Amino acid sequence: MNLAEKIIAAHTDKKEVSPGEFVNVRVDLILANDITAPIAIREFRRIGVSKVFDPKRVVMVLDHFVPNKDIATAEISKMMREFCAEQGALFFEVGKAGIEHALLPEEGLVLPGELVIGGDSHTCTYGALGAFSTGVGSTDLAAAMATGDIWMKVPPTIKFIYHGNLGKWIGGKDLILYTIGDIGVDGALYSAMEFSGEAIDALSMDGRFTMANMAIEAGAKAGLFRVDNKTQLYIKSRARRPYHVYEPDRDAEYAKVIEYDVSGMEPQVALPHLPSNTKTVSEVGGIEIDQAVIGSCTNGRLEDLRVAAQILKGRKVHPRVRCIVIPGTQQIYLDALSEGLIEIFIKAGAVVSTPTCGPCCGGHMGVLAEGERCISTTNRNFIGRMGSPKSEVYLSNPAVAAASAIAGSIISPAEIN
Amino acid sequence: MLKGKVHKYGANVDTDVIIPARYLNIYDPAELAKHCMEDIDQDFLKRVEPGDIIMATTNFGCGSSREHAPLAIKAAGISCVIAKSFARIFFRNAINIGLPLLESEEAVDKTDSGDILEVDLARGQIKNLTKNLTFTASPYPDFMTGIISAGGLIEYTKQRLASRRV
Repeated sequence: MNLAEKIIAAHTDKKEVSPGEFVNVRVDLILANDITAPIAIREFRRIGVSKVFDPKRVVMVLDHFVPNKDIATAEISKMMREFCAEQGALFFEVGKAGIEHALLPEEGLVLPGELVIGGDSHTCTYGALGAFSTGVGSTDLAAAMATGDIWMKVPPTIKFIYHGNLGKWIGGKDLILYTIGDIGVDGALYSAMEFSGEAIDALSMDGRFTMANMAIEAGAKAGLFRVDNKTQLYIKSRARRPYHVYEPDRDAEYAKVIEYDVSGMEPQVALPHLPSNTKTVSEVGGIEIDQAVIGSCTNGRLEDLRVAAQILKGRKVHPRVRCIVIPGTQQIYLDALSEGLIEIFIKAGAVVSTPTCGPCCGGHMGVLAEGERCISTTNRNFIGRMGSPKSEVYLSNPAVAAASAIAGSIISPAEIN
Repeated sequence: MLKGKVHKYGANVDTDVIIPARYLNIYDPAELAKHCMEDIDQDFLKRVEPGDIIMATTNFGCGSSREHAPLAIKAAGISCVIAKSFARIFFRNAINIGLPLLESEEAVDKTDSGDILEVDLARGQIKNLTKNLTFTASPYPDFMTGIISAGGLIEYTKQRLASRRV
């Protein structure tokens, strides 16, 4: 069995599972946020059970519209706060939290070998830890909160092997954008992606989170990495419960194996209006921007902020551009503060926001007007994603976003003097 | 038996255009329906009549996990969605809330916007009354038929929990 099959099988009563099979899997953690929780809570009440299956395995995070942007979202936060208090479920309050997919790994709430479902499509982020995690909707959350399990179709797995060395300014974002550009936004539909190769071994944990995060943008159910020393080091200080590391069998079967040589790769940019619409930064060059966003569950981790700061240090954001930096969690914010990164951003003329999903989905904290263009380290550039349906979003890594913020147009970080 | 007029779209209709995130501070289906498809088809709500059918090519419903998307479609009066393929989270969500989905490449290729279709869900049969053509949709796996025939995942879960208690 491959990695996805091993983890899924371990959460059923079966010894083995194979692609296409329908199974009920036990879940180790259920996540809901301030978009998916209200419907999940409403549907949970309809089931007629009074308690969730295990309050320690239900976690709710306020992140999309916090600090609350209006009365309606304040009511949603209140509903979640009250539900978690009533159930004894884990709840992350404003000021003690952050963006869910940066927060949960940081808190040690997801561990290798675990099976996690989340009411957010980017729940696949935890594949970086060697967990099988996938996004579901609110009704699935409600049913799982009542029963502790969920139905699943065992996905086929596509194995991706990345050969070669990562160049300067190249990170997980470039590898995943390149991959989506190659296979398309439904290139891994219903499948699991397994990432491997020497370029992956060399990638930091933050870079792996970025890659796993965007597996959904290829239509995948999960994006998985094998556990190595870097994973163990990340987990060591955080894990508060035992976990099991699964390895794919040597003779594991894959629906497909796709290999790339990434040596000499240029930073990638996804043009409007699909993440698969990728070009190299030099091919895109020169497109004027109004806004640059550096943050999100994709690229709002410490390494991302360090890269951005390296470029913004001692420089000024272009007079025409609003540069918005959003640390993923309160801890990342604190770390960035003690490393002096926040001061660099502010002196460069960027605004630093509290942790929130904010502008990524056009919620608040940086919504675009008609005709405006934004370079963003987020994950989607669909029509209207960050505001007006007549605005445009270009996706890139933090280095390209920071360089473009200075230049006022999309530019390679290599071109910044 | 479902019957309605077709509203046809292309590939990768994402959940951000089905229901933009600026309306995700709402979760009442009827309110969500007022903004359904507005970012790619401003006249959708003016044209749509109860029972109508949304049709699209590949990867319909890609993007976010927001159940608001199938809820908005259902509350707008759409009786079913026919596509060549669906994004997986959207597929689960629609089945879970009782919005029927059918997959048929042929039906999509040979049907135009405005055609009248008659859909027999039990038999997976799609009749294009305008063009006098009949198509067959891929059958649901048995496992999923259980959820559909229970009336959605909540009812299905109630039945599962009740049988555990016996």
